[in-house]
Amino acid sequence: MILMYVKAFIVGGILCAIGQVLLLKTALTSSRILVGYVTVGVILGALGLYEPLADFAGAGATVPLTGFGYALSQGAMEAVKSQGILGAFTGGVTSAAGGIAAAVFFGYLAALIFKPRMKS
Amino acid sequence: METKSHNRAQQIERYAGLVARLAPKSDMAKGVVRAFLVGGLICTLGQGITDFFAYKMEFGTQAASTATSICLIFLSALLTGLGVYDRIGKFAGAGSIVPITGFANSVVAPAMEFRREGLVMGVGAKLFTLAGPVLVYGIGSSVIVGLIAFFMEVM
Repeated sequence: MILMYVKAFIVGGILCAIGQVLLLKTALTSSRILVGYVTVGVILGALGLYEPLADFAGAGATVPLTGFGYALSQGAMEAVKSQGILGAFTGGVTSAAGGIAAAVFFGYLAALIFKPRMKS
Repeated sequence: METKSHNRAQQIERYAGLVARLAPKSDMAKGVVRAFLVGGLICTLGQGITDFFAYKMEFGTQAASTATSICLIFLSALLTGLGVYDRIGKFAGAGSIVPITGFANSVVAPAMEFRREGLVMGVGAKLFTLAGPVLVYGIGSSVIVGLIAFFMEVM
């Protein structure tokens, strides 16, 4: 149990550290890094390479945005098994729906409630 | 006297060279360590939330992971609204961008900033300024993966 937290910390930390290296060493902006991480997650998930990492590190692999991509590709592939070609279009978004809806809903609420502050 | 000032100039030159050689590297190391620590902490928090849903609420693996994302997104929206997440971001760099909380931050921050442009084209449209590209490439590539999986099954 404790070991799982250590693994989540280390793997999640490494994924963020790689992001920091990309941020400093390349001309990539933060939005490009977000897009890159999701896409890499989709590809690694499709190749079956991300699942062992998710089993090993738990939230250390699912909380970074690569995990979001992993959920998308996993959903698409599983839905294809049960629904055929329709699943290719429904599976990905279905498995990521919770995160997308939460981001839209809480994002909207936050924009209504909080006033933007001056940048110091 | 002249040799002394010459030495001094040489010393300053050497020191400047040393600074130029070492400063960016140590900035790099500091940034990477900070990203590692903060990103690791956010994932550890995520693991705690996942365990809560998996063991206390008896959710399945997939459901626990989704519930964790929703909780982290809520926290990030709240902290972004309070202006705390930006401060974490200044310290942690990619450590606050790469986790799903960074995605939530990229949704909330522009929506708040463009609130004055109205609820439809301000908040409604700007919610997706950064999240839009993420969803386009994430969902787009997942459809491709699904199609490939389908044709591999058929053949």
